Amino acid sequence: MAKKFMYLNRKAPYGTVYALESLEVVLIGAAFDQDVSLAFVGDGVYQLTKGQKTDDIGQKNFSPTYSALGDYDVNKIYVEKESLEERGLSLDDLQHLVWEDEDEDWAEKDSIRLVSRAELADVLAEQDITLSF
Amino acid sequence: MKFSIQVNEGPYQHQASDTAYQFTKAALAAGHEIFRVFFYHDGVNNATRLAVPPQDDRNVSAQWSELAKENDLDMVVCIAAAQRRGIMDADEAKRQGLDADNIADGFRISGLGQLIEAGIESDRLLVFGA
Repeated sequence: MAKKFMYLNRKAPYGTVYALESLEVVLIGAAFDQDVSLAFVGDGVYQLTKGQKTDDIGQKNFSPTYSALGDYDVNKIYVEKESLEERGLSLDDLQHLVWEDEDEDWAEKDSIRLVSRAELADVLAEQDITLSF
Repeated sequence: MKFSIQVNEGPYQHQASDTAYQFTKAALAAGHEIFRVFFYHDGVNNATRLAVPPQDDRNVSAQWSELAKENDLDMVVCIAAAQRRGIMDADEAKRQGLDADNIADGFRISGLGQLIEAGIESDRLLVFGA
């Protein structure tokens, strides 16, 4: 039986390598047919912002990879509402991440679920494995 | 209980590896099983055999090697993280055309799938550091 895997992303995309190496685990883990969710909290919400440009800081811009997650059947992406608000961000500042539902004739659906801090706590409580980055 | 351990920070700068080591040792002493210890992020730096800490300090890498030897621990170093940071076993060094390897006894280099498998196979996966 599949376990519920949660990847909890807490850090800004650049400055440390945690975000990039978290994404590498997600991509490898997708091959294991487990029940995968991602959550973005705190500065972690910056990982999903659109229009990232890293040329001037000499870092690889890996943000386009998030849009491929839907193709890996990674389609439960929780973003904490309070974390966005505290940083003056809204859903409009984030990439539009989608997945195609094969049970509904490949209808395109949103992957991002905006949840409150309290709701996210409930989601975390349901997990078998939480990997935090 | 069957535990797996993930170590996310290198030795000395952070205490995470020490805490993970102490937990692993205590869990084994209490009769629990350690399915795997997985080293990720800067945690791969725990696998160097070339660290020479002062004599009055602990040797973090050597502690792990010793614990692995005594308990037949499976200690896996993430290959992608290791390659970035220059942690090499003999095979990998040769494959990359490098003139040296540095992996300590008891560690083996493998892929991230080993971490996911550890999560699937264990009752609990404990993450130390980060």
